[in-house]
Amino acid sequence: MQKNKLNRREFLKTGLRATAFLSLASITGLAVSKSMSDDLVWQIDPYKCVQCGRCATNCVLNISAVKCMHVHKMCGYCDLCGGYFKPQVKNLDTGAENQLCPTKALKRKFVEDPYYLYEIEEELCNGCGKCVEGCDAFGNGSLHLQINHNICTNCNQCAISKVCPADAIVQIPEKKGYMLKTGFSAPKA
Amino acid sequence: MQKIKYILFSILFFITFQVVNAQRFPEPEFETDYTVPETQTVSPRALAWEYMDVVVLFAALSIMSWFVLKKRSRKGIFWTSIFSIAYFGAFREGCVCSVGSIQNITLSLFQADYVIPLTVIAFFVLPLLFTLLFGRTFCAGVCFMGALQDLVHIKPVTVPTWISKPLSALPYIYLVLALLLAATGADFIVCRYDPFIGFFRMNATFGMFIFGAIILILGIFVGRPYCRFLCPYGVLLSWMSRLSIWHTTVTPSACIQCKLCETSCPVDAIDKPTIVKPESADKGRKRLITLLILLPVFVFVGGFMSSLMYKQLSAIHPTVSLAEEIKWEIDNHKKTGSEESKAFHTSGIPAEQLFADAASIQSQFYVGTWIAGTLLGLFFGISLLQHAVVQRRTDYEPNKSNCVSCGKCYKYCPVDKDGKSSLIQL
Repeated sequence: MQKNKLNRREFLKTGLRATAFLSLASITGLAVSKSMSDDLVWQIDPYKCVQCGRCATNCVLNISAVKCMHVHKMCGYCDLCGGYFKPQVKNLDTGAENQLCPTKALKRKFVEDPYYLYEIEEELCNGCGKCVEGCDAFGNGSLHLQINHNICTNCNQCAISKVCPADAIVQIPEKKGYMLKTGFSAPKA
Repeated sequence: MQKIKYILFSILFFITFQVVNAQRFPEPEFETDYTVPETQTVSPRALAWEYMDVVVLFAALSIMSWFVLKKRSRKGIFWTSIFSIAYFGAFREGCVCSVGSIQNITLSLFQADYVIPLTVIAFFVLPLLFTLLFGRTFCAGVCFMGALQDLVHIKPVTVPTWISKPLSALPYIYLVLALLLAATGADFIVCRYDPFIGFFRMNATFGMFIFGAIILILGIFVGRPYCRFLCPYGVLLSWMSRLSIWHTTVTPSACIQCKLCETSCPVDAIDKPTIVKPESADKGRKRLITLLILLPVFVFVGGFMSSLMYKQLSAIHPTVSLAEEIKWEIDNHKKTGSEESKAFHTSGIPAEQLFADAASIQSQFYVGTWIAGTLLGLFFGISLLQHAVVQRRTDYEPNKSNCVSCGKCYKYCPVDKDGKSSLIQL
């Protein structure tokens, strides 16, 4: 009788063990079938971005991995740049009081009359998007925010994506990496 | 006629589209030999490390299991813990971790468009597999959160059962809630309310810093408060550990009931020998039958109670909260002026579509809360059943589901490998 009881307990245990193993295997199998060989990274869809400024403050890194990037091909090389100068600026020069960028990360260089080149010094950029807002409002929209993958720690859940009001932070394959603009408005699918 | 109309329309459409897509300022025509620079982008640095993480996790689990089961070396366990804190905590800043991975797995099972990284699956499944084989050696110190709490536990105080028993239901509630919110795509609460990650990243918000500090200070006296009373992954690990094939023991050979290990366990997971009291088989059987009848009642009550909260819970989902905000705007003919509302209005999505999306998410929450409550009722009923079944023990044994294999009891056992006791026989 005693021996019989022990056997029953052992039998139950083995059965449960097998069930646990099988359910673990099936969950893994299901998950693997939905995974991709290509790795995913977080990126900002520039056509959805509304430049709310939360990228600068909500990244888990102390200085955000979100940086402004410049698609020079789209740039109008304007003298009066909406991304560089504050609105109603008096002198179009590099005086600090005229600049929109709070960290002086956007540099203005003379190319030839009347064109100016605008470049971003990435170490200074904090991803606040003030220049992007100005460029979108008055210019070609060639400045936009992107996540720099060399800085991004690729968190399990991007902290900025949770606070982004426009759902602009998406996961894309690593091979693609960036979502740089190709035109002023989103290409129609 | 119809055809001409169609062609005219499409030409018109094409022209307007072109106008919309054109630049405000044309591309400059440079007279000097200036060339337009390409936009520089850099490739990810972190991804190679993710594969390294899986390798390190596997190695750490193997070494830890070897220290726990074969070497029975607390020193080995301790140094492996230090390594985990250094690598997974300080160096990799705690992401991705196994505790949070349950949410990715759930999201991938419920949301069709979510693609889960292979490394996250490995982080989910490896510790569970090792636990099914060797007991909770992952908790012993491969998990950097467990390791951290193990280190600060220096002035042990035993928690009375009347406090620890009700509190040990919290991980089940946390697990079910985390799964519900992950399955609906609302939030990853386990990651958001991770008490220790803010220390490693040096960026905790004030609230989270206080929460983490409370748990660490509490951890000086109470062994592993997060593991015992919150960790949702620990629930799965305890199920696996209960069925583990090889599990560590207090004594290396045979227990002599010396009671020395009785209070050594930081998580109160050493079961004492049972005092066999004569009880009629009839009484036991009756109790078992009563509880079996009550089980469906618990399940139903649990499901019903939690389904009452579906509206409040669904408000955590960003789409639902946005829909509520837009509805308020329409009702009051005002704008809230929040970034969410601005972004919604610029996106051009019709309000009806947003409301429809929110309604479908709310109905998901209704079903979800029923399932969640049912599961909670089931857990509660089963834990009562376990208490009703009399288990006979003659030795001091680790409770396989609660024991975290930290090895702190090893040194309390006076018996050596050959069964010789170092106690002086009187």
